Amino acid sequence: MSALLHVQSLGKRFGGFTALQDVELEVQPGERLGLIGPNGSGKSTLVNCICGTLRNEMGSVSFGGTAIDGLTAHQRTRLGLARSFQLPRPFGSLTLAENLRIPILFAVNARGERTVSGAAIEARCLELLGQVNLADKAHRLPRDLTQIEMRKLELARAMAADPKLLIADESMAGLSHAEVDEILALLIRLNGQGVTVIMIEHIMRAVMAFSQRLAVLVAGRKIADGDPKEVVRNAEVVRAYLGE
Amino acid sequence: MASSVAKAAERGTAPGLGNAAFFGVLVIAAAAIFGATRWFGNDYAFFAAYVVVQYIVLGTAWNILGGYTGYVNFGITAFFAIGAYSSVVLYKLTPWMPLPAMVAIGGVMAALVGLGTGYLTLRLRGVFFSIATLALAVVVQTLITNWDFVGGARGAYVLRPKLAPLIGGGYIEYLFLVMLGLCVVALATARAIERSALGFGFAAIRDDEAAAEASGVPTLKLKLVATALSGGFMGMAGAPLPYYVTYLDPASGFSLNYAVNAIAMPLIGGTSSWLGPVVGAVLVGGLQEYLRVTISSAINVLVAGVLMVVFVIVAPQGVVGLFQRKKR
Repeated sequence: MSALLHVQSLGKRFGGFTALQDVELEVQPGERLGLIGPNGSGKSTLVNCICGTLRNEMGSVSFGGTAIDGLTAHQRTRLGLARSFQLPRPFGSLTLAENLRIPILFAVNARGERTVSGAAIEARCLELLGQVNLADKAHRLPRDLTQIEMRKLELARAMAADPKLLIADESMAGLSHAEVDEILALLIRLNGQGVTVIMIEHIMRAVMAFSQRLAVLVAGRKIADGDPKEVVRNAEVVRAYLGE
Repeated sequence: MASSVAKAAERGTAPGLGNAAFFGVLVIAAAAIFGATRWFGNDYAFFAAYVVVQYIVLGTAWNILGGYTGYVNFGITAFFAIGAYSSVVLYKLTPWMPLPAMVAIGGVMAALVGLGTGYLTLRLRGVFFSIATLALAVVVQTLITNWDFVGGARGAYVLRPKLAPLIGGGYIEYLFLVMLGLCVVALATARAIERSALGFGFAAIRDDEAAAEASGVPTLKLKLVATALSGGFMGMAGAPLPYYVTYLDPASGFSLNYAVNAIAMPLIGGTSSWLGPVVGAVLVGGLQEYLRVTISSAINVLVAGVLMVVFVIVAPQGVVGLFQRKKR
């Protein structure tokens, strides 16, 4: 089967700093991939390059078999590539339900396969908010939310775009044990519905429970990729996290 | 809480008047205002009301870009004067042309300039965009001042016909009617935007552009729509100006008053809805007219300035926001 996402020798520089170098990554349809790495290893930069928020100077990204390098972020979202931001970026003047309305109007409807309109939009927004336990706050503003609820909103907004591939960028950071389980179950359920998921995370318990495959970024390079249990025992990975 | 849920639900599924029905209500309101002004039986009433309605259009135009999309435009006079001077050109070339056609052409000219400016400057954000629009106003003023055909620095005289076409009475009645019609179109457009996908896209851009892109919003395209619409309405608001003042020179066409008022009025009224610029224009414009007559003709700038400072401190969401917060 051909890969859903194929990152080929991707490189990104910020001035003299090389954030990513020669990164290769393949994600198969329906897969659950975990992506870990120490702070500053380039995980978020990789997500930004895949999603079009940043432009990569070297290498290329293909999605569903076609190169998407020249496409803007919104075009990639419409193709079925959705992401959540590491630091939640809600639309502050819109209610929670309206926050989810944006991707429905501009990603799902713009795809042209089907059009959600009128009361169906509201119903879909409430359904998605229900999945992250925020339905009772549907008509509140994001400023009324706790940090944890913001992360859930961030995830729900990414899901609202009906993605083929969802990239969850540290959506569990700062969450309690029970809340991590909640998000974990949500992501696994989503994967069961056929959505490919890349999870970027520091909470190893969640990463190990979630990932079918694990990739490790260190200082802008991918140093390991494979079965999670083997990867965490990999000498180079252990050295990157714990030192010599 | 309950009422805020009801209100948000209202925005979500957008019941209330449909766009066509709202347009109808506006037309009736405009007809009533025109009737009332005529009943007043005094040319001055028309001159004063024209200014207020003109500011409703200008404020609404500014708000489409500044309030809905979050890009603060200081170059209002550029668009306004492009509309005004396109009428001067048309007056010289095709004096037989009816005023509404001149308004439409002035609007198209300003919308095109808006589109071009947007394309060149929308990669700038925040205050840098604002500075670029300020520069645009200076550039356009310099060009007009050096363009002899429209009078250059000397200014241009436009002879106002004595009688209004179609409706009879003084020509100022006709000018007021045209401006009222324009106001109806501008308000109906603004409200339709608020309730449409376009309005949600604008709001997403205002709140967080990167998140908007990630949610599928074509931000550059939508911002160009906003600059073109906003510039277009400003141009249309300026198009009848030469007939109103009968003598137009760069100093009056590019007067700072237009820019200050077009920004102050939506801010004072509230930038979140179409009603804000209306409330602001009636309040500030009305007060300015009153003080101009009773105290001094120079006091109007002071009024806008002082009110803006007061509202920024006391009610940053404007009059409409104040009312909405009480309702919650």
